[in-house]
Amino acid sequence: MKTELKTNLRAIWGRAYVRVVGAQREPSWILFEIMMPLLAVATYVFVYRALGAPKEFTGFVILGGIMTAYWLNVLWSMASQFYWEKETGNLELYLIAPISRMSILLGMALGGLFMSTTRAVVILLGGIWLFDVTMVPSSWPLLVLVFLLCMVALYGLGMLASSVFLMFGRDAWQISTLLQEPIYVFSGFYFPIKSFGFTLGTIASLIPLTLGIDAMRQLFFEAGRTHAFLPIGWEILILAVLSVVFLWLANKALLKMENLGKKEGRLTLRWQ
Amino acid sequence: MGLWRTIKTAGWLGWQIEANWAEPFTFIAYAITRPIFSTLILVLMYKVVAGGQISTALFAYIYLGNAFFMYTANVLAGVGIVIHEDRERYEMLKYIYLAPIVTYFYMLGRCIPKLVITTLAVIVTVVMGVWIFDLKLVFGHWPLMILSFPLGIIATIALGIALASLTLLTARHGFFMTEGTAGVFYLVSGAVFPIEVLPDWMEPAALAFPITYWLEALRRGMMAEPVSKIFASWSDEKLLLILAMTTLLSIVLSVLINRGIEYIARKQGKLDQVFNY
Repeated sequence: MKTELKTNLRAIWGRAYVRVVGAQREPSWILFEIMMPLLAVATYVFVYRALGAPKEFTGFVILGGIMTAYWLNVLWSMASQFYWEKETGNLELYLIAPISRMSILLGMALGGLFMSTTRAVVILLGGIWLFDVTMVPSSWPLLVLVFLLCMVALYGLGMLASSVFLMFGRDAWQISTLLQEPIYVFSGFYFPIKSFGFTLGTIASLIPLTLGIDAMRQLFFEAGRTHAFLPIGWEILILAVLSVVFLWLANKALLKMENLGKKEGRLTLRWQ
Repeated sequence: MGLWRTIKTAGWLGWQIEANWAEPFTFIAYAITRPIFSTLILVLMYKVVAGGQISTALFAYIYLGNAFFMYTANVLAGVGIVIHEDRERYEMLKYIYLAPIVTYFYMLGRCIPKLVITTLAVIVTVVMGVWIFDLKLVFGHWPLMILSFPLGIIATIALGIALASLTLLTARHGFFMTEGTAGVFYLVSGAVFPIEVLPDWMEPAALAFPITYWLEALRRGMMAEPVSKIFASWSDEKLLLILAMTTLLSIVLSVLINRGIEYIARKQGKLDQVFNY
């Protein structure tokens, strides 16, 4: 039992390590993955400026920009990662190793969180500095709680998607691309989701980022409270439930998809 | 003849890679979903601030700019990942370099499927704007629109090939690189806001790229009144001339970048490197 735990902890660290080191080993990544998204965020800031929106909307955009780092990471480095590992021939190595598949996913998630956080911090600091936005939360403990719950639920969703993507062929790439903008819209990355109305907003709340962003917006900005979809307490509760549900589903789905993949002989298929 | 065959074959290959993973209906739904949602982000941002009133010149300016910018975003994203796909995913790049072809024209051919798919998305977006969002189009400067359209497409392809060439030297992160670069153009070209909103120090950058003039010419060709104060006093001829000059400059730079980067990549043995991060 103790050896098994130790092996799995080492697997988690091993999978996270390549991402932590990889993030620093390629200088071009720093430019393209950190600096460029900041410029993309700036575009939406200027749109609000052209529209004459209140200054707090600039803060909404920066917060949305920070969260895009995590969503893109979940989409491209979690959900589609097993598909990519299959393409590069690493997947079979993971499957024959004496470790839980969840350890691999957890390692990917932790490494990905590190990569995304470096990017998010640059967007935050760059955004505050360039656009002169004040972002001081009304409650630090609540902000940390909301952020952590949002991340657990989000990466739980990523793990779930990863097991589903295990079965995909070339369409995995297309589906990841397809999921990008719709989630930006439904999660209200750059505008309050209150504008959707209650029914659509409730459906959109199944995506952890929706309530996470709405809650953080309320904690950071007065206008965030004016445009809030739900009270923060409810959002924290729903995020906690989503965290448990997505992690549980991810574990179940991973086992099911792996078995299905073995039966159908799709775990080692490449370029299909 | 040989160059045309390269373009045609690369275009066909690109089309197969882009489209043959799904049934035609699924593929068309895929091709138009993403652009529609990227447009919806701006529509919802506008509605939140404007309180629902969308039939203004500024809304049309933002909407049309975003619609036509899809060409730039999609071609950059499409051709920008060609090198990484061919080199690391299909491991075929070295064979392409072994073939008796000019790789610049191979990459040009790979742009064509993206242009075709994007045209469909742009048409759907503009039609959606007219039907759903009450977008009013007035083709008062239609000759400008017709003449400027191909120039902007050529400039976009040239920029895309320059970007794809750069990926010969980078690790597997073409997606972020191309999306990031498209994001820079989205910002500096004033695709979704008049460029006078940019800080003064960024305006020269905006005026250096053909995409800025292209979008302005297309919008002028389709809108009743000008929105950008900087271009309001410019004649159609002046706009077209500067677009043509910056397009020509883009082609020259693109060819030079392509040749220079290929030389470095061969020297550093980058043509068949694979990353597994």
